[in-house]
Amino acid sequence: MGMTITEKILAYHAGKERVEPGELINCRLDVVLANDITAPVAITEFEKLGLNEVFDREKVVLVPDHFTPNKDIKSAEQARYVREFARKYGIINYFEIGRMGIEHCLLPQEGLVLPGDLVIGADSHTCTYGALGAFATGVGSTDMAAGMATGEAWFKVPETIKFVYYGKMPRWLSGKDLILYTIGDIGVDGARYMAMEFTGEAIRELSMDNRFTMANMAIEAGGKNGIIEPDEITLAYVKQRAKRPYRLFQSDPDARYAEVREYNVSRLEPQVAFPHLPENTRPVSEAQGITIDQVVIGSCTNGRLEDLQIAAGIMKGKKVHPEIRVIVIPGTQEIYLEALRQGLVEVFIEAGAAVSTPTCGPCLGGHMGILAKGEKALATTNRNFVGRMGHPESEVYLASPAVAAASAVLGRIAAPWEVIK
Amino acid sequence: MEFKGIAHKFGDDVNTDYIISGRYKFKTLDMKELARHVMEDLDPDFYSKVNKGDFIVAGKNFGCGSSREQAPLAILNADISAVLAKSFARIFYRNCINTGLALIECDTDQINEGDELEVDVEKGVIRNLTQQRDIPVKPLPRFMLKILSDGGLVEHFKKHGTFNFD
Repeated sequence: MGMTITEKILAYHAGKERVEPGELINCRLDVVLANDITAPVAITEFEKLGLNEVFDREKVVLVPDHFTPNKDIKSAEQARYVREFARKYGIINYFEIGRMGIEHCLLPQEGLVLPGDLVIGADSHTCTYGALGAFATGVGSTDMAAGMATGEAWFKVPETIKFVYYGKMPRWLSGKDLILYTIGDIGVDGARYMAMEFTGEAIRELSMDNRFTMANMAIEAGGKNGIIEPDEITLAYVKQRAKRPYRLFQSDPDARYAEVREYNVSRLEPQVAFPHLPENTRPVSEAQGITIDQVVIGSCTNGRLEDLQIAAGIMKGKKVHPEIRVIVIPGTQEIYLEALRQGLVEVFIEAGAAVSTPTCGPCLGGHMGILAKGEKALATTNRNFVGRMGHPESEVYLASPAVAAASAVLGRIAAPWEVIK
Repeated sequence: MEFKGIAHKFGDDVNTDYIISGRYKFKTLDMKELARHVMEDLDPDFYSKVNKGDFIVAGKNFGCGSSREQAPLAILNADISAVLAKSFARIFYRNCINTGLALIECDTDQINEGDELEVDVEKGVIRNLTQQRDIPVKPLPRFMLKILSDGGLVEHFKKHGTFNFD
């Protein structure tokens, strides 16, 4: 019996020939990640252990991205705590404001996560790196502390659900639409404790930025990880960034899957997830006309260059609807700079949008675009739970950058073909 | 780990933003302060209703959403002894074990709001004293019980000097 890519990566890091779903194993870690919210708790726990050093100064990665640039004194204190820890323990991959980005946009860009890696991050969207053919999963701060101390973590080998996407992608369809549709199909706990393997001809055609978006939202279906087998597109992305060797794993043809689900993408419409769960998805044609107060384009889900290019392509020469506000947040400083060079930032500002420095900001109701009571936002982010972006009586709709940009222009939820004929 | 207390019932898919809203969870590392706001958006009076040892009883997928440990820590610091649910989101599940918050998967349809329960986490027994019946339990794996009974992963490490779980 063959193994899935997830099983192979876990087996390799456990030093075993093979592993079975349900087995409890101890694995070596390639990257241990935390941010300005989760690192402080992890540091407090780490220091209780009474150790003088972290297991590897290069493999611990700290990115203050959630409440930065610091929004108030308390968040500044937390960021300082992380900064001082990084200095004290000589953490090499600590990223300061001005040189940083949203962690899950930043780590692949910097070549810190590579195919075949095993990564834990004290952030639920750590599953993003599965797009590179790595096993990456979110953990809490205590697992992070243990990981910093030992370079190891325990795992229960998950069963895998295989998602096969076939057919040709229509013009405005994106990775965001595929993953929203999938979550709508299986529900927010449809892949609970399980690996989600995305495959099929439509996935093979997807750009890396779209693949990151898909793997990023595996957690929104309860998944332990989302993963895509590495191919030429992965290698083209990785080659220019990698500073160390990496391993390419593929699922065996006779690998065992708990379930196989197939989707024909060729007739799929862009998707919109209605409040208050990512599983409440409908085609955009059923959402057209819903008025909104704010559009957010950014986040670890959709703050990459291609996302900004698509949004700018729709907004170019147009104006943001007078009754709404639009906030664009490039995912990293590198993406921001490239967006400037390509004239995208100019498009957004001329249209009347605010462009922010990289931050998780409004996605988690932190800062930079909090909603008032009764307000509605359409966002390219990943969660639309009650109160997620602000007041408990505000609402969030989730969609792709194309739908977000069209909605920004028309002041209501809109399909991209309403703006670009 | 034996507990006795009252059941406080919630529905399906209770996410970590409901457990402790983003409005509070980044503001402080003081978990006692955070605990005052636990479950606030679902039940504004929750904290004041809870007595030491009480249980949160929920439907499927309890704890979905973010990875932040403020969620189990806020529950622990509100003096809740254990969370009982039909199923748990995986990061939350892991975080409970690691922080020492007891959790049990069981058919929570057999528990009503306000029922008095007696729970033995190690033996895997739930006794519904109000309804006079036992509820079958899916027991925790042995090594997770060990971490839990040591008071979480850090205490476990301090006690054994290793994270070797055999």
